[in-house]
Amino acid sequence: MSGHEHVHGGGAAPQVQGKQTPAWKMLATLFLAGAAAGILVVAVYKVTLPAIQKSAAAKVDGAVREVLKAPATYDTLYLVKDALVAKAPDGIDPSELPRAYVGKDESGTRVGIAVVGEGPGFQEIMQLMIGFDPATGTLIGIKVLDEKETPGLGDKIEVDPAFMAQFATRIAPIVGVKGKAGAPPNQIQTITGATISSRAVIKVVNTTVARWQDLMQRYDKGATP
Amino acid sequence: MGHLSWIFVSTLLVNNFTLVMFLGLCSFFGVTGKVETAWRLGLANTFVLLLTALSAWFLNAYVLQKTPFLRTIAFIVVIASAVQIVEMAVKKYLPVLFRQLGIYLPLITTNCAILGLALFQTSRAYTLVEALVFAVGAGLGLTLALSLMASIRERTELTDPPVIARRMGLVLVIASCLSMAFMGFAGMGSAE
Amino acid sequence: MTAATAPVAKKDDAPAFDPGAPPPATLFQDVWRGIGKENPVLVQFLGMCPTMAVTNILANGFAMGVATTFVLVGSGLFVSLFRKYVAHEVRITSYILIIATFVTLADMLLAASFPDISKALGPFIPLIVANCLLLGRAEAFAAKVGPVRAVADGLGMGLGFTVSLSALASFREILGRGTILGHPLFGPRFEPWVFLMMPPGGFFTLGVACLVVAYVIEWRKQHAPREA
Repeated sequence: MSGHEHVHGGGAAPQVQGKQTPAWKMLATLFLAGAAAGILVVAVYKVTLPAIQKSAAAKVDGAVREVLKAPATYDTLYLVKDALVAKAPDGIDPSELPRAYVGKDESGTRVGIAVVGEGPGFQEIMQLMIGFDPATGTLIGIKVLDEKETPGLGDKIEVDPAFMAQFATRIAPIVGVKGKAGAPPNQIQTITGATISSRAVIKVVNTTVARWQDLMQRYDKGATP
Repeated sequence: MGHLSWIFVSTLLVNNFTLVMFLGLCSFFGVTGKVETAWRLGLANTFVLLLTALSAWFLNAYVLQKTPFLRTIAFIVVIASAVQIVEMAVKKYLPVLFRQLGIYLPLITTNCAILGLALFQTSRAYTLVEALVFAVGAGLGLTLALSLMASIRERTELTDPPVIARRMGLVLVIASCLSMAFMGFAGMGSAE
Repeated sequence: MTAATAPVAKKDDAPAFDPGAPPPATLFQDVWRGIGKENPVLVQFLGMCPTMAVTNILANGFAMGVATTFVLVGSGLFVSLFRKYVAHEVRITSYILIIATFVTLADMLLAASFPDISKALGPFIPLIVANCLLLGRAEAFAAKVGPVRAVADGLGMGLGFTVSLSALASFREILGRGTILGHPLFGPRFEPWVFLMMPPGGFFTLGVACLVVAYVIEWRKQHAPREA
């Protein structure tokens, strides 16, 4: 049933050869196997890396454009030591840093920022891309990046477009209401049968907006003193 | 609920390693004949999981930073070696403990829960403290699942199921019921 | 005379092989073994972790099967090619190294070509390393036969694994979501059996499959004409 049985079972048979293998031969075997494995892996890594990076970048790009309702351009701000900077400092890999995507329209006016927020869902951590206007806290759009909610119930937060569409133009902090249409400026109707998942989304939106609104306001003060 | 306690409860109950994530099933089905054996194996597993969390975290933070593509290979080799070294050390210095846990240690090396822990803590980018809490939660969750299963199987030993259910059929359906019970924990910690 | 005490003394030329080596067989038999009577999922219960964890929809189950087949064939080939040069004491470590290499390759190739499936399977692709089936076949078969047979066996086991996983996944997707490969099958009045999509459904589906297999074996035992 399990691997160890095979290991022990097979181990008995080849003992027929009977002689001890010298240590150098064992080391040589492992070294050669390791070297061959290394070369093979590095070669395939080099070949596949561009495609993997491209699809990851395309995914983020698509999500940013969706939650900011197709901005003309967007810049990236990095979060370093609890403050936003326009350029990642030397020696730090920018791909590791949390960031905000600042969307602008044709005239260069800021339309809003898109940030990734996460928090506990029904089963697992869920991840959302949230677009909002940092000046007022007005949501522009949100998109689920990752969730492991119950299929058919909780995953409606991702597959039911009506639920997600409610968030646009609402002002954070928002509250969930049950059984009736959510009224502006801050009510969202939770999904029947998925109240906890809906509330989890609302909670992630509220905490993320509060945090990044504060960060953006401090950044704006620093940028234009 | 605090972040660390959420990780703990989530790994122990909501996303129980064995009953919800399907990790460590070999020992779950293979070594759950007796409660006594089951919880000892669970505790031995917890110990190895802690060790794995520690070594995988340091490996990932200091060695694999520039070579993420070597993760799987490095994890499996380092974990297998670490378990073997621990086994030798325990055998030499703590013979009593070895008699209690030693026979399970080789069994644990091939357990997918161990590699699973290393992979999940990496993909979720846990800090060292989070990783250790994660490991304890996973280990205790495993112990809980193994003990529950064993205590049920001790009783089904005395029953007379149909011939076709004698091997895995019955055990899998029991596991399904246990897993269903654990579904009831879902939602803990996410609502206010 | 071959040993009369041996439980299966069918072939007269068997003693020409190492003890422990698999008996000679045609390539077709080598392939068919994994699909039929030594099916890794339904008969041997190997690799149960991916069998249940990723079979809630057909696309994931099939992808996991293909990735495992790739690793089985690749590692079988290499284990067999190097079987004479690997020092006996470190063979398990070498096999694990070879398997882990092919798993890493499978992981990267999947991420490059099907990013969505790769994301859905997540750490379960690297977890193929810990699938008992891989080390089991390397040790019990590939290390003892030539590369052609090793590849045939890997292919057979992989196909058996893929077919079983796809069958379980189809069952769960059709009833649990009312779709197949994402296409809706039933009208809007269909209430999906959400239970099947969740973890207990995994245990349940494999349990039912196992009962069916056991039933068929039992039925054959009672009804099939006795073989000579």
